[in-house]
Amino acid sequence: MKTFRIGGVHPAENKLSAGKAIETLALPKQAVFPLSQHIGAPATAIVKKGDVVKVGTKIAEAGGFVSAAIFSSVSGKVNKVDSVIDASGYRKPAIFIDVEGDEWEETIDRSKDLVKECNLTPEEIVAKIKNAGVVGMGGACFPTHVKLTPPPGCKAECVIINAVECEPYLTADHRLMLEKADEILVGVQILMKGAKVNKAYIGIENNKPDAIKLMTEKAAAYPGIEIVPLKVKYPQGGEKQLIDAVIGRQVPAPPAIPINVGAVVQNVGTAYAVYEAVQKNKPLFERVVTVTGKSLKNPSNFLTRMGTPMSQLIEAAGGLPEDTGKVIGGGPMMGKALVNTEVPICKGSSGVLIMNDKEARRAEPQPCIRCAKCVSVCPMGLEPYLLATCSAHGDWERVEHEMIMSCIECGSCQFTCPSHRPMLDYIRLGKGKVGGIIRARNAKK
Amino acid sequence: MSLILVAVISLGAIGLISAVILYVASKKFAVYEDPRIAQVAEVLPQANCGGCGFPGCSGFAAACVKAGSLEGKMCPVGGQPTMEKVASILGLEAAASEPKVAVVRCNGTCANRPKLTQYDGVRSCVVANSTFGGETGCTFGCLGCGDCISVCQFDAIHMNPETGLPEVDESKCTACGACSKACPRNIIEIRPKGKNNRRVYVQCVNKDKGAVARKACAAACIGCGKCVKVCPFEAITLENNLAYIDPAKCKSCRKCEMECPQQAIVAVNFPPRKPKADAPTAEKQTVGQAAIASAAKPVAVKNETVNMVSAPAAEAPKNTEA
Amino acid sequence: MANKLIVSLSPHVHGGDSVQKNMYGVLIALIPALLVSFYMFGLGAVVVTLTSVIACLFFEWAITKFILKRERTTIMDGSAALTGVLLAFNLPSNLPLWIIIIGALVAIGIGKMTFGGLGCNPFNPALVGRIFLLISFPVQMTSWPVVGQLTSYTDAETTATPLALMKMAVHGDASALSRLPGTMSLFLGNNPGCIGEVSALALLLGLVYMLWKKIISWHIPVSILATVFVFSGLMHLANPTVYASPLAHLFTGGLMLGAIFMATDYVTSPMTHKGMLIYGVAIGFLTVVIRTFGAYPEGMSFAIFIMNAFTPLINTYCKPKRFGEVVKK
Repeated sequence: MKTFRIGGVHPAENKLSAGKAIETLALPKQAVFPLSQHIGAPATAIVKKGDVVKVGTKIAEAGGFVSAAIFSSVSGKVNKVDSVIDASGYRKPAIFIDVEGDEWEETIDRSKDLVKECNLTPEEIVAKIKNAGVVGMGGACFPTHVKLTPPPGCKAECVIINAVECEPYLTADHRLMLEKADEILVGVQILMKGAKVNKAYIGIENNKPDAIKLMTEKAAAYPGIEIVPLKVKYPQGGEKQLIDAVIGRQVPAPPAIPINVGAVVQNVGTAYAVYEAVQKNKPLFERVVTVTGKSLKNPSNFLTRMGTPMSQLIEAAGGLPEDTGKVIGGGPMMGKALVNTEVPICKGSSGVLIMNDKEARRAEPQPCIRCAKCVSVCPMGLEPYLLATCSAHGDWERVEHEMIMSCIECGSCQFTCPSHRPMLDYIRLGKGKVGGIIRARNAKK
Repeated sequence: MSLILVAVISLGAIGLISAVILYVASKKFAVYEDPRIAQVAEVLPQANCGGCGFPGCSGFAAACVKAGSLEGKMCPVGGQPTMEKVASILGLEAAASEPKVAVVRCNGTCANRPKLTQYDGVRSCVVANSTFGGETGCTFGCLGCGDCISVCQFDAIHMNPETGLPEVDESKCTACGACSKACPRNIIEIRPKGKNNRRVYVQCVNKDKGAVARKACAAACIGCGKCVKVCPFEAITLENNLAYIDPAKCKSCRKCEMECPQQAIVAVNFPPRKPKADAPTAEKQTVGQAAIASAAKPVAVKNETVNMVSAPAAEAPKNTEA
Repeated sequence: MANKLIVSLSPHVHGGDSVQKNMYGVLIALIPALLVSFYMFGLGAVVVTLTSVIACLFFEWAITKFILKRERTTIMDGSAALTGVLLAFNLPSNLPLWIIIIGALVAIGIGKMTFGGLGCNPFNPALVGRIFLLISFPVQMTSWPVVGQLTSYTDAETTATPLALMKMAVHGDASALSRLPGTMSLFLGNNPGCIGEVSALALLLGLVYMLWKKIISWHIPVSILATVFVFSGLMHLANPTVYASPLAHLFTGGLMLGAIFMATDYVTSPMTHKGMLIYGVAIGFLTVVIRTFGAYPEGMSFAIFIMNAFTPLINTYCKPKRFGEVVKK
C-alpha cells in the first residue's frame, strides 16, 4: 500500500457521518457571499442594493488572474453590499441577498442525466471553468483555472485527484464518490483534457473501501484513470504528500509548486464541480458539507447552497448541543475555530465540526522535554520544536534558514507533543513574518 | 623543592609566552575607534532598549559621532539632559525635543466591551491577532495578552486585572517605544507629555462604522465628527470613522472632551473642571482620577478608571493646586 | 448555549500523549531490572532504591517550592522518580544512606534544577549524581558485594567485578580473563556490579517494552551496542588474551543500562535520527576506549556524559532529511 515517505500521524478517524446519504438542505432566508472566499485577489461586486438575481447569476467578478467569480446560490433581491464577520471575527466585504422563491438561470441544465461527451478544446474548458468560479474545494480554495494554466517552462504530466479526506470526522468527499462516481470520473476526464495530459490518478485512503471498490469498477470505462488506494496516514491529503504517495516524486522547497514535478492536484469535489460547470453550465454555488461532532444528535452530509449560515446546518443536524465548546469550520486538524455560528458556507467549507467543552480545551503546556517526537512526525522533515522556539524569540533569520516556509501547517507536531506545546501557533506566526520579509526582499530586487 | 621550581618555571614561561602573543596581537590587529564614541557611550543610560532606533547605546553613540550633527537623534530614556551632555562632548547643538510618554489608546474594559468568545491559544498578542479578531466584537482594540508588558525594560507598563487593559506608569515610562512596536494593533502611541503633563487624546482606534463600533464597545469612537467641528485649532482629523488629535496643534482646551458622546476623548492630569459632588466614586479614586471622573458623565464613571491610572497619584495634588 | 465559543488555532485535537505517560512508561520498563536486583542483592537493593527515589522526589519538591518558588510542583510528572531509580541502579547495593542522599541532591539540585528543571538540563541528572559520587567516594563506589547476600546491607562481603578483571587483563594479568564468569551468567545477571546493571536480559526486556510503546526509537541503543560489539570484537580478534570478548563487553558493567536507559534520556540526546546514530556510535566507541585504556574500569557513564555535552552541537549540524531534498540531487 502506498503512502508518503516522511513522518505522519494517526488521529482517531471518527467518521461519524460516513453512512449518511447526502441530503439537500433547505434554502436560507438570507444568503451572504463574502467577496474573498478564495486565495488571491478578492472578487469585485457587480450587483448593488435592490438588484434582482436568480440562482446562478454572477454577482461578483474575479478581481484578477488569481481570483474567482462568485455566483448567487439563491434567487431574490440584493439587500446590501456590506461587511460581514468572517470565521476569524474580522469584518470582510460581502453581498447580502434576501431569498425569494427558487428561480434558476435558464442556461443551467437541471436534469439528472449524465453527460459524458465533451468536445471542447482545452482552452475552452479552462475558460468555462474560470467563468463558473470553480476553486479548489478541499479548503485552500486555489482557483482551478490557474492550476490548469502551467507557468512557462513547466509541463503537466498527470492529474492527481485528491480523494484522500485524511481529516478526521469529514465525510463529504467520501459520500460524493459513492453517490456521484460517474460525474466525478467525467469531471476528471475534462480536467485531464484541460491540463493536456492523458493520465490521472485518484488517491483514496484505505479507510473508504466501498469508495475504492466503486470507483475502481467505474473507472474501467474511463481510459487513463487509475484508482490508487493509500495507507491511512495523516496528512496524506496535503498536496505535496499526495504527490509523493501516488507518483513518488517530492516537490522541492518553496517557491517550487506541484507543477514543477509535473503534477496537477485537484480535489475530488473540484472534479465534480468541473463536471457541473462544463457539462451542465452550472457555476459553483453549492457543495457538500459534513456537519458532525460527537455530541451532535444527527451527524449528516448536506448539499448546501453557498451563503447559508452554518447555524442552519447545525439546526438541521439536531441543533447545537448544550456542552458545545468549539465550532470548527473544516476538520479538527486544520480547520478554523469560528467566533460565531452565523458565518456563511463558502466555496471551501468542507465541514462544520462541533466539539464539546472538554475535548475543545487545550491542556496546559509543559516544558519541552526534547523527546524529538515532533521531528519524527513532521511530514516535511522540519524541526518543529526549533521553529517554534525561534519564532517565539523573533529570530526570523534562523527560522528562514531552517526552512519554515516549507511548513504545511498540518498540525502533526502539536498533535503528537507530549508536553502539549502550542508549537504551530508560533510556527504560523514565524511563517507569516518570514513570508513578509521574503516578499519585501523580492520587491526590492 | 625541585618539583615546585619546575612548576613555577613552566607556568611562568607559559604565562610569559601568552602575554607576548596577546600583546603582539593587540597591537597588530588593533582597530582604530574614535575615542569620542566611548565618551558618548559613557553618558548614555546604557539601557540598550533600542528606543533611539539604533542597536543599543554603543550603536547610538557611534551614530552620533559619525553623523556630525545631532539633528533627529534623541535618546528617549535620558531625554534632553543626556542629549545636552552628548552635545557638549561632541561640541554640537542638541536638537530640541519634548518629553514623551506612551499612551494606551483603548478603553475596552471588561465592562465596556463584553466578551463574546474565549481565546485558548498562546498568550501572545501577535499570535492572537493573527488567529482571530479578538474575544470581543472589536477587531481593533486591545487583545490583553500583554506583549507590551513583556517587552518593557523599565517596568513601566502593567496589566490591570480589573479592566484587562495595560496601564502606563508615567513616572517610569521613558517613551522608548518598545511597547508601541510590540503591539500588533498599533494601540500604544508615543505622544508628547504635554505642558504640566496634561494631554488630550482619543482613547480608541476602532475604524468600524459608528453603529458597529458602538455595538462592540461602549467607549468606542463612532466617528461622529463632533470633536472635529468643535475644535478651534483644527487639531482633530477624522479618518476611517476615527478621530485623531494632532498633539502639535492641540492646545488642550478640552472642548472636544466635553463634546464627545462616547467619552472616547480623554484629558489626563487636568485639575477638576467644576468640583461636582460625586462623592462615592471620588473616594475610591485618587484625586487626579476623580478630576476627570467628575468631568465625565456619571454613567461612564466606572469605565473611566482605566484612563486615569496613568496619572500617578503623587502628581495629582500638585495639579489640583495649579 | 451557555458557554462562549472557544477560539484557538488548529490542530483542535491532541494525540493524548503526555510527559507523565512517557516517564511512567520508562519506569515500567525498568521493573524487570528492579526485580532482578532485588533477587540478586536483596535488602541492600531495596534500601538503596527506596532511599534514592524518596530523596530525589524530596529535593525536587523542596527546590521547586522554596528556591524556585514555583506554584506547580513537578514531582508527579515522574521525571524525578525516574532519576531516582536510575541513580540507584548505578550504585552498589552496599552504599551507605548518606552517600545516596548526597548523590540525589547533586543529581536533582545540580544536575537538573540549576538549569531550570525538566527539559533544560544539558546532562542526564542521574549521571551527574553518579559521576559526582564516583569521583568523591571512589572506595565506596567501587566495592561490589557478592551476589546472593539477601539480608545484608553495608556489611556485605565484596568482590571484584568482571570489568575489573578485564582491566587487570589489559594491565598484564594473563589469567584475569579466565576468571570471568560465563557469558550466560553475565547475560542473566549473576555477577557483582551496580544494582540495576547486572542483568542484560532484564534490561533488554525493558528495551523491547519501550520500543513497543514507542517511547524511544531504536537508533541510540542499537548504535551503541553495535559499536561496542564491533570495536571490542576487533580488539579481541587482535589479541584474545588481553582484550575480553565482545559478548563479555556487551553484558558486563553499565553498558546495557546506559545504552537503553541513560543515553536515551530525551532531554540530553539528539533530536534527529542521524544525530542519534552519531551520538550512539560515539558513546560506544568512547566506552570501549575508557574501559580498555582509561583509569576507571567502567566508561559508560563518562562516555554518555561527554556526548551529552556534544548534543547541542549535533543538533545544530544534523538536520532531518527535508521533504523535497531527494529530487534536488
